[in-house]
Amino acid sequence: MSNDYRPMWKDLGLNLENHDALMGVLGKVYADLFLSQMNRPAKTAYLDFVMSEVHGLRIQELVEGRKKGRKVIGTYCTFVPEELVLAVDGVMVGLCAGADFATEEVEKLLPRNLCALIKSTFGFKLGGVCPYLESADMVVGENTCDGKKKAWEVLGGLVDNLYVMDLPQMKNAGAKGLLRSEYLRFKAELDKLTGKTITVESLAKAIDTVNAKRQAIYRLSALRAADPAPISGLDSLLINQIFFYEDPVRFTAQIHELCDELEARVKSHVGVKDKGTARILVSGCPMAVPNWKIPALVEGANAIIVGEESCVGERGTRNLVSREGTTVEALVDNLVDRYLQIDCAIYTPNQDRLAHIQEMVKTYQADGVILYGLQFCTPYLVEAMGIEGVLEKAGIPAIRIETDYSQEDVGQLKTRIQAFIERISE
Amino acid sequence: MTVSAGLDLGSTTLKLVLMEEGQILRRELERSVSHPHDTARRLLTLVPSGCRILATGYGRDLMEVEHQIPTITEIKAHAVGARFLAPDCSAVIDIGGQDVKAIRLDGTGRVSKFEMNERCAAGTGMFLEVMARRLGYPLDAFKNAALEGSDHLTINALCTVFAESEVVGLLNRGQAREDIARALHRSIAKRITAMCGRLGLGPADRGLVTGGGAHNGCLVAFLQSLLGCPLEPSDSSQFAGAIGCALITASAGNRLASA
Repeated sequence: MSNDYRPMWKDLGLNLENHDALMGVLGKVYADLFLSQMNRPAKTAYLDFVMSEVHGLRIQELVEGRKKGRKVIGTYCTFVPEELVLAVDGVMVGLCAGADFATEEVEKLLPRNLCALIKSTFGFKLGGVCPYLESADMVVGENTCDGKKKAWEVLGGLVDNLYVMDLPQMKNAGAKGLLRSEYLRFKAELDKLTGKTITVESLAKAIDTVNAKRQAIYRLSALRAADPAPISGLDSLLINQIFFYEDPVRFTAQIHELCDELEARVKSHVGVKDKGTARILVSGCPMAVPNWKIPALVEGANAIIVGEESCVGERGTRNLVSREGTTVEALVDNLVDRYLQIDCAIYTPNQDRLAHIQEMVKTYQADGVILYGLQFCTPYLVEAMGIEGVLEKAGIPAIRIETDYSQEDVGQLKTRIQAFIERISE
Repeated sequence: MTVSAGLDLGSTTLKLVLMEEGQILRRELERSVSHPHDTARRLLTLVPSGCRILATGYGRDLMEVEHQIPTITEIKAHAVGARFLAPDCSAVIDIGGQDVKAIRLDGTGRVSKFEMNERCAAGTGMFLEVMARRLGYPLDAFKNAALEGSDHLTINALCTVFAESEVVGLLNRGQAREDIARALHRSIAKRITAMCGRLGLGPADRGLVTGGGAHNGCLVAFLQSLLGCPLEPSDSSQFAGAIGCALITASAGNRLASA
């Protein structure tokens, strides 16, 4: 990234010294993990470019857009419909953070024993290192897990325009009603913020745009079912991560081009690792950029990740929104129908998730499942216990991993993951 | 060349085993101290040239990087080594210098599940070394004292550092060293038993203790009584990891030779 961006960063109120430090580390980690991979598809150059300009070109686009009245909406959850944001000509950016920063400052406001994803998010704010956050005209929190619910109470004091969306806890008729009224309330807030009104046309177009983005991901996922897999889990995770903040139309086109190359690879049986390499499905908590800890350990050993059952992954992208309907309310109902199917562990009961994991094991020919939970994440850690037992009983090897963003337990994790890979490779 | 070598680079000791036709030819053990790589290099000079070699343990990555020696995890190594030493064992409890592992084996001796200590050294050789030092015993005398002690004390702290403080407190209150030693052994046996419990290990299993902890008669006795399954260690228990490596590389070599 060139120095041309420093005035822009300064204008956004970033702490330039902290930001330089973060970018330096990020650059090195990216080179160590991604650029060192063998036999990467050529079209991953798009990912390299996006990452090299992650705080540069994309931010510039947001800044230019804001000058023309395109509002930026920052979000922390796949339940917030991008369609509504696009329908007011806004831009949605995912703000979830995947690296520890300014931890001492964070621990003045939040307890030490709290989800790393939440603490990292606060750290990026307090450290003044995230231009996406600083560009947001509205920051949307959502009542999902305990950590987030209470964290918004604190975040409200740190950002200008925090909007909290409520979500149901069960999936019943009441849930549909609640989500519908919350989406309509959000829509009204967006209308007010932007001075634009969502119409059937603008919402239908937005639905098409996001559906198209999802379909590009479906194509990518299907190609990963091949043995040997044509693309690594690391690169696939990154694609699922940039899904949350890249321009949707550009993203869709680029991923299709990548898939064209992957199709050719699959035809010629070309993969990033040998045929027969242990295949792993990762399932559980989302991995926000730049959290690449688990894929790095798995693919640094003799294995490949062939799918992610995660909000940053198939759980978040599965299912399209229906275009049936001639009124805004009807289309919003379609949003509700689609989004309520996301089987996040904050819902109770959550049986669909177990079925989806088993389905993904079959579809992607996985040899084993890593049940990934962030430390202190009660919903996913509790679910993992039962899911592990069911999978093992069904003859699907599974291992529970509970960790955070630090490097403290990497040695231990490496041994456990390698031992699991040895087990599923026999 | 029918000799194969297994190298287990643990955090406290380095082990080398040479095997041929399923027999142990030679066993070497050295403390790692502050120059583990030098110690490892010294052990490597004992390996005949042309010999297949496989490494495991805490320090295995160094062998891969510096000497291009292939590696496996301690879990796989101990599983294979344990079945060699106790052919019908279904459970392996490896009590090492800095980690503790419990491994459940299936009927064919394959690893079916395992547990390891997470971020904490409680329940490992490190815990015992620290406590022995605090009580003024050399390690051997420490475990013998524990065998002599009576059962009325309990150590509450799980953390090595906090447990040491608790020990100082007990000494200041005039409690006998051998009783404290016994309580410490029971404490870590309980912790290790809880780990085994998570794997469903119990009276129906036949177990083997491996690693340095296998030589601690008091610890093994407590584990046996808490778990309810036989845990008789072998003389070569501490070499289980290295034995496993030597066997695995030998059989890979046989597969290559007959391919």
